[in-house]
Amino acid sequence: MSNDNNHNKIIRVENLTKTFESKKDSLHALKDVSFSIEKGDIYGIIGLSGAGKSTLVRCLNLLEKPTSGKVIVKDKDLLALSKEELRLERQKIGMIFQHFNLLAQRTVLDNICLPLEIRGIPKKERQAKAMELLKSVGLESKSGAYPSQLSGGQQQRVAIARVLANEPDILLCDEATSALDPQTTKTILDLLLDINRQLGITIVVITHEMRVVKEICKHVAVLDEGILQETGTVSEVFTNPRTHAAKRLIYMGLSEETEEEVAKHVG
Amino acid sequence: MWDKAMIDMLLEGIKDTLYMTLLSTFFGYVLGLPLGIALAVTDKEGIQPNAVIYRILDFIVNIVRSIPFLILLILVIPLTRALVGKSYGPTATIVPLTLAAAPFIGRMVESSLKEVDHGVIEAAISMGARTRTIITKVLIGESRTSLLVGVTIVLGTVLGYSAMAGVVGGGGLGDIAIRYGYYRYETEVMIVTLVIIVVLVQLLQWLGMLLSRKLDHRKK
Ligand SMILES: Nc1ncnc2c1ncn2[C@@H]1O[C@H](COP(=O)(O)OP(=O)(O)OP(=O)(O)O)[C@@H](O)[C@H]1O
Ligand SMILES: [Mg+2]
Repeated sequence: MSNDNNHNKIIRVENLTKTFESKKDSLHALKDVSFSIEKGDIYGIIGLSGAGKSTLVRCLNLLEKPTSGKVIVKDKDLLALSKEELRLERQKIGMIFQHFNLLAQRTVLDNICLPLEIRGIPKKERQAKAMELLKSVGLESKSGAYPSQLSGGQQQRVAIARVLANEPDILLCDEATSALDPQTTKTILDLLLDINRQLGITIVVITHEMRVVKEICKHVAVLDEGILQETGTVSEVFTNPRTHAAKRLIYMGLSEETEEEVAKHVG
Repeated sequence: MWDKAMIDMLLEGIKDTLYMTLLSTFFGYVLGLPLGIALAVTDKEGIQPNAVIYRILDFIVNIVRSIPFLILLILVIPLTRALVGKSYGPTATIVPLTLAAAPFIGRMVESSLKEVDHGVIEAAISMGARTRTIITKVLIGESRTSLLVGVTIVLGTVLGYSAMAGVVGGGGLGDIAIRYGYYRYETEVMIVTLVIIVVLVQLLQWLGMLLSRKLDHRKK
């Protein structure tokens, strides 16, 4: 790969392997995965349950430490960073989760303040900023509420406002809409699209829902049993899936076909 | 029998018991809170796993906790003398009470902190939080109701232990109960003392639960 091709890549994953060792055996969750993501892209990673999607995305901010391989974010090899450097780098790689992961004992506003507290921003300033962010996700009336008083969609909005507080360059989403109903999913996806367009944040979306990918992603990677099967633009991969794994996933996801019909397609 | 002297003595006993209980619990937390945090953090599921430190602390806690309180009290008499100047009376009793409470508190704190949802901790890590920040803002902040329930349990336990110290002249209500009930066969005084102890424990419990429920926002 020449440098010309690399300079607009915000994330590069090279020969990534992750093996979970247990006493009895070792589980190869990721096998020699390589791909890269362009700055400003919305990149989907799809695969069946257990394919290794979460493991992969968690390697992108080193929540999970790869067994081997490289994760290069903004030209920095994350595995070569010191603890302190990694900590600062993580502030620019936001992450949202399937179960929102808000602090239950803090109000909505104080939840959004957390990343600002971590960065040592003075109280007045951070509350003003948090309020502004809360407005941008349309929840200013809920500033004093606790997460338990919000719906799932509202909680995910708060989580998005919280992640934006650090003005990240990258946003990792691990099944961010999987706990939500279709209608709410749509509003969250629209919000993610807005964020991508207006703030230029590169978004990585992990999902097992094909419609999420079709709705917002430009590029997509298909992961199956820890192996990256194929990558490409969403239209390429969805209209002309080349691998068995991709065909199975896409034909199953596109329509409400039964297993047998899928089998016919896949041949 | 229920003259002013008796009532004064009981009031004095209540005062001494509360004095021992509160101060021992306070000093117990001075030792036990960092201990519990260290246990939770260095556990293999913790935010800074360290098998060596965990095993050492775990071992110390288990050892101290398995020493019966009365034996601990006698064992630490030299230390108590060195710190307080004498080995009997309420102030002296604070030393063994603190030492008995600390590992117990360490375990309570450890288990409270381990209740915190791992996803929330990961969210904080992904924001680039320091370990120190995660401990104060996430682990302690999120488990504060459980920690408070822990405080009430500790208060009750320490109060019970303080009564035990009465056997060796530790002062407080336990001392009175022993002196009157055991040595002088004045069962009535002993029963009244016991009732006061039970009421005190209930009161502390009730107060703690009330406070922790008020502070809990996990449910509507
Ligand atoms: N901490 C862990 N220890 C051991 N094995 C793990 C661990 N985390 C994940 N695995 C295993 O790695 C494989 C991939 O898991 P992963 O969670 O990445 O899948 P996924 O594609 O996200 O699935 P899902 O759609 O169900 O979330 C699975 O077989 C899983 O059991
Ligand atoms: Mg997953």
